[in-house]
Amino acid sequence: MATIKIPPVLRASVGGEKEVGATGENVGEVLRALAASHPATESQLFSAEGELNRYVNVYLNDEDVRVLEGLDTAVGESDTLVILPAMAGGS
Amino acid sequence: MSPSGAELLRQVKSQIDEVDPSEVHELIDEGVAIVDVRESEEFAAGHLPGAKHVSRSYLESRIEGVVPDRATQVILYCASGNRSAYAARTLQEELGYEHVRSMTGGITLWKDRGYEVDVPRALTSEQRERYSRHLLIPEIGVEGQQKLLDAKVLLLGAGGLGSPTALYLAAAGVGTLGIVDDDVVDLSNLQRQVIHSTDRIGVPKVDSAEESIRELNPDVNVVKYQTRIDASNIMEIIAGYDVIVDGVDNFPTRYLLNDASVRLKIPVVSASILGFDGQLSVFKPYEGPCYRCLFREPPPAELAPSCGANGVLGVLPGTMGLLQATEVVKLILGIGEPAIGRLLLYDALGATLTEVKVHRDPDCPICSRDPEEITDEELGVFPDYEAFCAAAG
Repeated sequence: MATIKIPPVLRASVGGEKEVGATGENVGEVLRALAASHPATESQLFSAEGELNRYVNVYLNDEDVRVLEGLDTAVGESDTLVILPAMAGGS
Repeated sequence: MSPSGAELLRQVKSQIDEVDPSEVHELIDEGVAIVDVRESEEFAAGHLPGAKHVSRSYLESRIEGVVPDRATQVILYCASGNRSAYAARTLQEELGYEHVRSMTGGITLWKDRGYEVDVPRALTSEQRERYSRHLLIPEIGVEGQQKLLDAKVLLLGAGGLGSPTALYLAAAGVGTLGIVDDDVVDLSNLQRQVIHSTDRIGVPKVDSAEESIRELNPDVNVVKYQTRIDASNIMEIIAGYDVIVDGVDNFPTRYLLNDASVRLKIPVVSASILGFDGQLSVFKPYEGPCYRCLFREPPPAELAPSCGANGVLGVLPGTMGLLQATEVVKLILGIGEPAIGRLLLYDALGATLTEVKVHRDPDCPICSRDPEEITDEELGVFPDYEAFCAAAG
């Protein structure tokens, strides 16, 4: 089971956890498994058309999945996915 | 019988090669290492253009740091050509340098011939004392401190991130600090905005920040912009700065700043904070990715809460602001590895710092194009801009 690091803005949708486990062969499957077990995350991760929202970055370990195979990137048992929306706080 | 000083000098000069200043003048900028072997004060009073300094008393231990390759052509000089003759013999006979020459007549003859001398600007005795802990670090020294004093850094916001950044950059001797902020000091700011104070509640933040900076370091020239940065004034405000520190609290301004700074090729040290989490990266136009390469578009307003709405640990902007200040100093000095192409993620509760890679987006709407192609109308624009701003209020 891969580990998903949850950003602050999504933690309320997963019961306050910073990390959750989810199963899947690739990035898309792991994120869909997350959305299935925590439905409040679905609209934040995916558009109505089922694509990953453009404002959400996903990293497999430290690499941006956009330069890998996107949602088709294979995920291993010991991999970590980092979900990262932009933050703008500064004051 | 031991030789007299004069005889020894004659012997030494017969064992080494000498070179006339006219030939040295021709060789400057030709890949020859020119080394001044006089004392520090003599070097500081003026030296040959491009000359390195290794005083004769430290010659054996420090020459390799300045001329690592023993096959390099080395020209040594001093005041009149005597100390450099002894030094040349040492390099040749004891350290195995293959092409060493001593300049006849030293810098005195050089000047008599009317050749150019570099006179480094000297720090005042008060500056030497104030920045003494910088001067002791080889990577900074007088030259680095002078770079800091010459540097112009613009801070967007004198708030949570801007407060510690401004204080430490001022303390470090960054010569010009521009500060953009249209707000006044509020009691609720003081839990984290340490450049302000209780007796300055209600005072414009730019004025309050200026007062703290002056008290800390009168060397610093503070340029105040009591305004909100927008598309109409950004190009005018940021032009001429060497580095920009982004601590703004909203997405439209972050995108606007990105686009304008790419157009002017000014590096931006960017950080953001929320709750117990911080992010930091350095966006150096055309050398690394820009903010739009990292975040193609901002999240909808409900997923982009500001600190005001959600709260922030008071210490956190201190941590992130000082990481920003560190990156600024590195960029000015040209040392270390700035966080270009990397996003650092700090989790204060977990006490962890992780990083992810950030790549240049070949399709980036801004930095995939030449700076002169970026128009005024495009600055800070992103899809659904109007809707975003309306929702954010």
